[in-house]
Amino acid sequence: MTDSTIIKLTAAQIAEKIASGELTAVEVTEAHLARIEAVDEKVHAFLHVDREGALAQARAVDEKRARGEKLGPLAGVPLALKDIFTTEGVPTTVGSKILEGWIPPYDATLTKRLKAADVVILGKTNMDEFAMGSSTENSAYGPTGNPWDLTKIPGGSGGGSSAALASFQSPLAIGTDTGGSIRQPAAVTGTVGVKPTYGAVSRFGMVAFSSSLDQGGPCARTVLDAALLHEVIAGHDPLDSTSIDAPVPAVVEAARNGSVQGMRVGVVKQFRGEGYQAGVIQRFDESVELLKELGAEIVELDCPSFDLALSAYYLIAPSECSSNLARFDGLRYGLRTGDDGGHSAEEVTSLTREAGFGPEVKRRIMLGTYALSSGYYDAYYGSAQKVRTLITRDFEKAFEQVDVIVSPTTPTTAFAIGERADDPMAMYLADLCTIPTNLAGNAAMSLPCGLAPEDNLPVGLQIIAPALQDDRLYKVGAAVEAAFVEKWGHPLLEEAPSL
Amino acid sequence: MPGITREEVAHLARLARLELKPEELDHFAGQLDDIIGAVARVSEVADQDVPPTSHPLPLTNVMRADEVRPSLTPEQALSGAPAQEQQRFKVPQILGEE
Amino acid sequence: MTTTTDLVSYEDALASYDPVMGLEVHVELGTRTKMFCGCSTELGAEPNSQTCPTCLGLPGALPVVNATGVESAIKIGLALNCEIAEWCRFARKNYFYPDMPKNFQTSQYDEPIAFNGYLDVQLEDGESFRVEIERAHMEEDTGKSTHVGGATGRIHGASHSLLDYNRAGIPLIEIVTKPIVGAGERAPEVAKAYVRELREVIRALGVSEARMEMGQMRCDVNLSLRPNGTETFGTRSETKNVNSLRSVERAARFEIMRHAAVLSGGGTIVQETRHFHEDTGSTTSGRVKEEAEDYRYFPEPDLVPVAPSREWVEEIRAALPEMPLARRTRLLAEWGITATDMQAILNAGALDPIVATIDAGADAASARKWWMGELARSANESGTSLDELAITPQQVARVTELVAKGDLNDKLARQVIEGVLAGEGTPDEVVDKRGLKVVSDEGALTAAVEEAIAGNPGVADKIRGGKVAAAGALVGAVMKATRGQADAARVKELILEKLGVSEG
Ligand SMILES: [Mg+2]
Ligand SMILES: [Zn+2]
Repeated sequence: MTDSTIIKLTAAQIAEKIASGELTAVEVTEAHLARIEAVDEKVHAFLHVDREGALAQARAVDEKRARGEKLGPLAGVPLALKDIFTTEGVPTTVGSKILEGWIPPYDATLTKRLKAADVVILGKTNMDEFAMGSSTENSAYGPTGNPWDLTKIPGGSGGGSSAALASFQSPLAIGTDTGGSIRQPAAVTGTVGVKPTYGAVSRFGMVAFSSSLDQGGPCARTVLDAALLHEVIAGHDPLDSTSIDAPVPAVVEAARNGSVQGMRVGVVKQFRGEGYQAGVIQRFDESVELLKELGAEIVELDCPSFDLALSAYYLIAPSECSSNLARFDGLRYGLRTGDDGGHSAEEVTSLTREAGFGPEVKRRIMLGTYALSSGYYDAYYGSAQKVRTLITRDFEKAFEQVDVIVSPTTPTTAFAIGERADDPMAMYLADLCTIPTNLAGNAAMSLPCGLAPEDNLPVGLQIIAPALQDDRLYKVGAAVEAAFVEKWGHPLLEEAPSL
Repeated sequence: MPGITREEVAHLARLARLELKPEELDHFAGQLDDIIGAVARVSEVADQDVPPTSHPLPLTNVMRADEVRPSLTPEQALSGAPAQEQQRFKVPQILGEE
Repeated sequence: MTTTTDLVSYEDALASYDPVMGLEVHVELGTRTKMFCGCSTELGAEPNSQTCPTCLGLPGALPVVNATGVESAIKIGLALNCEIAEWCRFARKNYFYPDMPKNFQTSQYDEPIAFNGYLDVQLEDGESFRVEIERAHMEEDTGKSTHVGGATGRIHGASHSLLDYNRAGIPLIEIVTKPIVGAGERAPEVAKAYVRELREVIRALGVSEARMEMGQMRCDVNLSLRPNGTETFGTRSETKNVNSLRSVERAARFEIMRHAAVLSGGGTIVQETRHFHEDTGSTTSGRVKEEAEDYRYFPEPDLVPVAPSREWVEEIRAALPEMPLARRTRLLAEWGITATDMQAILNAGALDPIVATIDAGADAASARKWWMGELARSANESGTSLDELAITPQQVARVTELVAKGDLNDKLARQVIEGVLAGEGTPDEVVDKRGLKVVSDEGALTAAVEEAIAGNPGVADKIRGGKVAAAGALVGAVMKATRGQADAARVKELILEKLGVSEG
């Protein structure tokens, strides 16, 4: 099998071919490393490629098979890991200068699970610094291009992961989603991304942005691949106090049995209107029609508190980040600036943080410091938490009437690199549809629903399920995906320009 | 809501230990003012009798038994240290309190 | 210290002002592991050998609450007659300091696990005073910094500092009193008695050894004065980390005199932290901060709420040991001693050894006598505490048993104890090795008595004449002849018998 064929395979297909002996894990890994070599200079999806580590892991899989040991469902499948998860012995930067050169002495729980499942970690992917952003332009190491159009953003913060998938550098990737950082990149790159229920995937070793919102999740090119990865990374972790101690929903089974027959699907009136691109709304409306054709009943929903979600998010997330990022002080690890004998520890900390953090990170630290400071707490952080309650209640009411909610994932398709860089408020709008889910802690998926006619760029359909019902996403997602592929005659990514 | 002054930005920067440059103070004063102005909408609910939600999970009492787990080795602990001495993290003089 | 501070005399201060105190005590728990990670808390380990991603604040690391830490907090709360929260959370206290790896302390803010209690304390003369408790909450300790290049490890003048994070994350319980009013001139004594009582409670609960000299218990003394007869509290000063009982009293006393000097001179007290100096017994101002601290507390999003079930709380309550004050009151009555006697026993640290000796079979009076006499003297001479002496309560009990049986008299018993302390073995071994047995052979004793009478005819006559007290000289002669190994009481009986006199 040629390299160009291998890189187009899905994760499920690769695993099957390795298990049957049709391909070796080393062949698969080499094909992807070669692809990275060939295209990543243009795309810039990776911050660090761990060639040796990946090949060693692949060899171990092949040896395991040679010994006749049973292989896991993703054994030997390559994966691109967002550079927010710690990897023992492999640099972890979180897209920030402040951690340049830091080599963690420990693996994140998610990293451990991937290794235990014999997944081959190709390297660490680019991201907005500390996951703050919607375009990956905030990476201290330069932006990532959208494989559909390299002058466009690949979404963020997990733009490296989505771009790696869309450019066939890896069949699987890991993202993290605080306000949409898995789903929005998936939407604008024509890939699949899932934000599981809060607490489903351990946060131990995932560098914190906003603790009560952050959630790691699977990114892939198909719904089934995402489900396979979901099963590997989810599950209780005693090292994370906020980890759910319950069995992982049967997501793979759901993905293999896609159907919306008889399901009630909600459409929220707050998720359209001003700021939504016409082509996005058009593709979304078609998706709703498709759901009807597939046997779903469509229910109109009113969730008034969603109008306040973005505001609440931009108080809660910065507040938590201002505290989470305090540990980067130049004293124990990472960058240290100004230690020239003339500055105190306190001054070195201020100089280090000034030099090590980019503008968006500083902006959010300042915003959060403000929202938590005495005299403002009740008006800002306190009120934002009340909004959070209202949003949760709106979801609860909605899920009394429907099984899942659908919406566009993002109001627009990928915008141009640089277009919103100096306008934080415009940038924040990219997460308009994804944020309510983070605030309430429930589960959501984005999958491709076509190209916007005006720019021929991918549009994402968001599916939202109640907390702990992550399997519903896969059941609906698989049905929609199958119907679209049948309609288009091929997966959407085949329409992407070749690099 | 009050506008954010340059002095206020400077105070926040000190709390957050950011040695902001003068031009950053001006820049952030404007931007923070815009953002706060936009998100201040949340205070519409300030007087509503709604309990705050600080966390999406309804969990309580997640605890571990008081059992020793392996620590890092001192070498691992210090592996990222910008400077070290006598197996300790070396930092510039602390102004601190005395 | 080069700065001098104006003071007025303590008496003058109290003549015009009424002191109000607030005491904040931090107790390091004796759990096996830290509050939020599984690192050992064992003392004396090499630097940074008891650290992990969590207590080093490495990126991505998360905390998990130590159940025993919570249980200890509840124990302390119950012992301090507090209500125990049905639901409470941890909060982050945000401030930068190099000994704090995350640059926030995981603590509790407006939802402490225990609140609204009191502790009755006793002053040295037995008078009791109730100290109201505001709250007791859980938090974590910081790392330890060593300042290099300056004088004697002080921050001032140091060229750099070295940090060891072994202590970072060790569980702390912070216990805060309500304002202590009405103590008047006895305020410093109350402060000392409170900290001492609290220490006894903590030890009785077994949650910490609470050794102040080891930093396991540290006290901040908040003090303000108000003019006598007024209600409003004055501005307070906060004297940090006062680390002995004596210093607590001295710090409070010093601050009363200092505040009074400032106020009576027409000045105003600056709200500030102050540092206590053991050598001079004085306090000096801490670094003046340019702006007020703003800790930006908010609920710790990496932890979930602690909601101790009422069943658990009642289980813990039912298993609480007898509290020290109740125990002292009971023992005082059982032993029939005065409050002053009891205070002397406490000051000597003899209560537990005495009780243990009684538990091992000794009678109370003997146990008290040995521990407060011979053993206290010995400890004093060697500069150690009673529990560090090389003798166990069981061994002391054995000595009292030998005395009770008549095998030893007090003088011999002292020699036995001396032998045990010198490492010569158990009391019985020392008796054997040194040949220390009371001569109880009546024949030998009678012979010795007759000899003494014959050798001291003048004394014998006096006794016959009714001067029973003169028998002491003959007893002495017999004891000398038997090298102290006779039972003095029996000797006296024999002498009087021989001389036909009966005791008065
Ligand atoms: Mg405290
Ligand atoms: Zn630790």
